[in-house]
Amino acid sequence: MTATTGAAPHAAPRRRRRAPAGVLLRRAGLYACGAAVFLFAVFPVYWMVATAFKPVGEIFSKDTRLFPGTLTLEHFDRVINGELIPGVNFWEFLVNSLLVTLGSVAAGAVLSLLAAVAVARFRFRMRSAFIILLMVIQMVPAEALIISIFINFRRFQDATGLQMLGNLSGILIVYTAVALPITIMMLRGFVAAVPRELEEAAAIDGAGPWTVFWRILMPLVAPGLVAASIFAFITAWNEFIVALTFLGRSTEEYTLPLSLSYYFGRFGTEWGAIMAASTLLTLPVMAFFLFVQRRMVTGLTMGAVKG
Amino acid sequence: MAQTAEAVRAEPSPQPPPAGRGSPGRKRRRIVPAPYLLIAPALAILIAVLVWPVVQMVWNSLHDYTIRNLLPNAPAPEWNDFAHYRRLLSDREFWTILRNTVAVCVLMVGITMVLGTLVGILLHKLPRWFSVTVSVGMMLAWATPAISASLVFRWLFLPERGLVNVALDRMPDWLVGGGWLNYNWFLEPLPLFSVLIAVIVWQSFPFIAVSVLAGLKSIPHELYEAARVDGAGGWRSFWNVTFPMLRPLFALLLVLQIIWDLRVFTQLYILANSFQNKSVYLLSYYIYQQGFSASPANYGMGSAIAVVMTVMILAVTAYYLRIMIRQGETR
Repeated sequence: MTATTGAAPHAAPRRRRRAPAGVLLRRAGLYACGAAVFLFAVFPVYWMVATAFKPVGEIFSKDTRLFPGTLTLEHFDRVINGELIPGVNFWEFLVNSLLVTLGSVAAGAVLSLLAAVAVARFRFRMRSAFIILLMVIQMVPAEALIISIFINFRRFQDATGLQMLGNLSGILIVYTAVALPITIMMLRGFVAAVPRELEEAAAIDGAGPWTVFWRILMPLVAPGLVAASIFAFITAWNEFIVALTFLGRSTEEYTLPLSLSYYFGRFGTEWGAIMAASTLLTLPVMAFFLFVQRRMVTGLTMGAVKG
Repeated sequence: MAQTAEAVRAEPSPQPPPAGRGSPGRKRRRIVPAPYLLIAPALAILIAVLVWPVVQMVWNSLHDYTIRNLLPNAPAPEWNDFAHYRRLLSDREFWTILRNTVAVCVLMVGITMVLGTLVGILLHKLPRWFSVTVSVGMMLAWATPAISASLVFRWLFLPERGLVNVALDRMPDWLVGGGWLNYNWFLEPLPLFSVLIAVIVWQSFPFIAVSVLAGLKSIPHELYEAARVDGAGGWRSFWNVTFPMLRPLFALLLVLQIIWDLRVFTQLYILANSFQNKSVYLLSYYIYQQGFSASPANYGMGSAIAVVMTVMILAVTAYYLRIMIRQGETR
């Protein structure tokens, strides 16, 4: 930092050069900016949680305060034990959300692992075309395709009698497909990072392809599989427009984000309950997010070292 | 939420090329069925759920296709000789929506990129403990689901009781003007889009900041020393060292950000809270309204708008593909 002030004649002419006061001032400025960024990032989340714990009287009061005077669990109680939508309670939404996210994560993990092995380990004619297809599909927005997918499901339902709309099966299929391009590309890096020699050595020792897969490849790819699965989980957990379109009026099939929007649309004034429900929706994502960040970075750097 | 994976992809981490690719020792040229069998399930579901509907979207947009055609024994949709597109071209509302979509997207992307880059540089200069603290705070913004974030911002900007309204009202009138307490942000396009941009920027700048920070860490320190010896200040060393070194990263971040911001839906759905005010529509909102909220639902028209949006996104995707191919990601 001393070098900056000493050797840069054009930089910050207003500042006193070589004076420790200048350095201190500069550092104080940086810290203040850092604190401002931190506040900007955290404040809306804080406000959500703070409102969720505020008593109704305080939320309605004209005298808005930054910190809740008294804390209450009434909103959480209302969200969890009450019926946000007549006849359906929070646990049913939670179960719906978990079913559809875990189902699509499980299906996606199997499908993407198979495809990633093909892309990373084999050289075949359609390989580049397949990768480019993945990159393009990843970009085409579900918002544009939603009408076509809806019509397809509707026609399929009419033709076969299998229900695709108004229950979880349709959105489960869409969530699985939407996450696939990214999870395949993520896993591909992890599979490629496993040294081929390791597999060949095992094969020479008499291990069949199945053993090689389970004993050699799987343990090494597992961190990647965890990262990809968490990514798929977050995508499905947060998804809104597909659920909104395909579930329609079947409120008992609603996922958590959809129940929130329904609740907001009907009872837009109960901000305590809305914020409590938002907090509950956000918690698992935050936990996974903090976890996955570290995991993915270490996973990738490890892969780079090994490769 | 595609951001998690993209964060990793965007980092200039050296990904090893697939091992064994083209190993010259082996000369087996015959077609092995294994890779095709392995990709078959994934490919099948991708084509059925996401690729085929692209074709259908184009087909739908060229036919008179409404909800009536889905009724039992309904006639097949009829070819309408580009009527949807002709109507769109002469529809002033559509042009306004298109213009707003582009303008809002440009503002979101611009503010997010500049703010994210500045924060990335700031984090690079802060001591480690401080930088980690700020990063964890940013993770919270990044991780908040779109629906929760939109509801919180709706609550922050609520007339009469929203914190922003209250705070603006308590500020001196000569500074911000009066009458903020009852100000409704959600009726007119300008204030509503401002709040929308605020939500999106709040949710997306952490990704840019973290990626730029990772990029900055990869630049050798000597380059900055050399620039300093040559007499470059902070501004010039950014444009002469940082920017050229991170150009691929910036290009990638820019493309991804444009694609994500063009398709914004959930946040607008919560902020606008109805389909009555056409002046606050964006493209994805218009598609949804035509397909599922208009009566009768007009699938053909909705698909025509979807085609317009897809063409815009594919144009940006082509640039993305060029970057990825140049980086050897498709090999």
